[in-house]
Amino acid sequence: MTAAANGGRPDNDTPLLEVADLTVYHGQLRALDAISLKVYPGEVYAIIGANGAGKSTLLRTIAGLHHSTTGRVLLDGADVTALRPERRARQGIVMVPEGRRLFGSLSVEENLKVGATYARPGPWTIERVYETFDWMRGRRSQRTAQLSGGEQQTVAIGRALVANPRVLLLDELSLGLAPVIVQRIYGMLPQILATGLTVLLVEQDVSQALRVASRLQCLLEGRTTLEGTPADVTAEQVEAAYFGLTGAAAVLGEGSES
Amino acid sequence: MAWVNAIVQGVLTGGLYALFACGLSLMFGVMKVVNLAHGDLAVVAGYVGVGVITVTNIPVLWSFLIVVPVMAVIGYFLQRTLIQSALNRGVLTTLIVTLGLSMVIENALLQFFTANSRGIGAGMTLVTGSFSLGSQVELPYLLLVIFAVAVAVLLGLQWFLSRSSYGRLVRAVADDQEAAQLSGADYRHVFGIAAALALGTVALGGMAYSMYSTLDPTAGTDTILLFAFVAVVIGGLGSLWGTLLGGIVLGIAQQIGAQINISDELLAGYLVFLLVLVLRPQGLVSRRAQS
Repeated sequence: MTAAANGGRPDNDTPLLEVADLTVYHGQLRALDAISLKVYPGEVYAIIGANGAGKSTLLRTIAGLHHSTTGRVLLDGADVTALRPERRARQGIVMVPEGRRLFGSLSVEENLKVGATYARPGPWTIERVYETFDWMRGRRSQRTAQLSGGEQQTVAIGRALVANPRVLLLDELSLGLAPVIVQRIYGMLPQILATGLTVLLVEQDVSQALRVASRLQCLLEGRTTLEGTPADVTAEQVEAAYFGLTGAAAVLGEGSES
Repeated sequence: MAWVNAIVQGVLTGGLYALFACGLSLMFGVMKVVNLAHGDLAVVAGYVGVGVITVTNIPVLWSFLIVVPVMAVIGYFLQRTLIQSALNRGVLTTLIVTLGLSMVIENALLQFFTANSRGIGAGMTLVTGSFSLGSQVELPYLLLVIFAVAVAVLLGLQWFLSRSSYGRLVRAVADDQEAAQLSGADYRHVFGIAAALALGTVALGGMAYSMYSTLDPTAGTDTILLFAFVAVVIGGLGSLWGTLLGGIVLGIAQQIGAQINISDELLAGYLVFLLVLVLRPQGLVSRRAQS
């Protein structure tokens, strides 16, 4: 939120997470075409776009689950492109995957303990997760299958938080959840950011993304069609970038940066 | 009384079958690998035991301290190399690769050790001795010890999986490899640990078998793997205690079959196996009920 207040990003800082010229193929299909982005400390950076735009592929490539043909991923200036997902996680790139992907035969607490196994030192502990989401303590010995979708999503976030990530990747938190639950989950974001995290999120729900993001990028068929702060972009621009109505890419961020 | 004796023998033999089966079940449960070389690896353990005892002249029981860790290390590296690269190509490939491994092991053993059978510990009181309950029921020391070892192994595995942090990782990886990676876990290493445990248990099984019966290069597939399979299926896929129950059911069926007619021993076991497949295909202990 702070970065949004000063109208974009501080130019002199090193980005905490940088993606440079990332191209990813799924077989013959080019899923991502030369995507670049810089996420600065404390930011909430949102990737928006329609189904199949390549949002999840981008996040999964940053987490290390997909290989890129060209391009690099840098964490605080260090190249992590060659690292396997578990190495990236231990260095602080932690993802909450699409569809939550909790460990079904483990209890809530065991899920959190797995998340904490290779944790970096930091403010988040299982105890802190229980303090932040107070319903969880009473149900810690339950199987995750017995939880509602929103509760499962919260446990998935908790499992990522206890690893004390530097960059938290959130893939489609709203998927399959009622709007009121989505509101509540995104409502917890400021509390999470206050502990010094940086967030890169992918969201199909554009209005939700605009509400929480300090900066955003819109993808269409693997290409960047719009970049900027929520204050900079108009609804028409977002619509055009989202559906690809105008031929030319409206790279709005370019203007405000230089 | 002969029948009571048959049932007692059957129950005790179940311990040996559980040692054959629990590693097979563990590897299937964690990495969805049906290791067709499982029995042959047990036989390898037996031959390693024979070799260690012959070369070093250490007491039979001490050789376990060498054989079990050696097999566990072999298990780890087998998983990290051959089985993992097969897994990367799909679960079906693991069937072909482990079948190939089974053939290679069997033929290599025939080549080096000939088809002559060998045994371990012949003449030891542990192997030959027994005590009698009444006039008809005989309790062989060896089977009693094997049964106790099997129970201890299962208790140990259960404790490891449910209480230790590494066991928790094993279960997490079994649930969702990718999500485990995102939590920083190297699932290949975790698979390796599971394979090491599996081969450690089957090494115990192979050594026990070479004391209980005799060892020959084909025993791996025609006895150990087959009995392990039957025990796993009767007990329930992926269930640890199910392997003991399945082993006991198989053991009792075989002994009762042998009571009726000595040539019916194996047939009776497989009939019960078929019966379970028809009536309760998920096995006697279904996975959900167990955990």
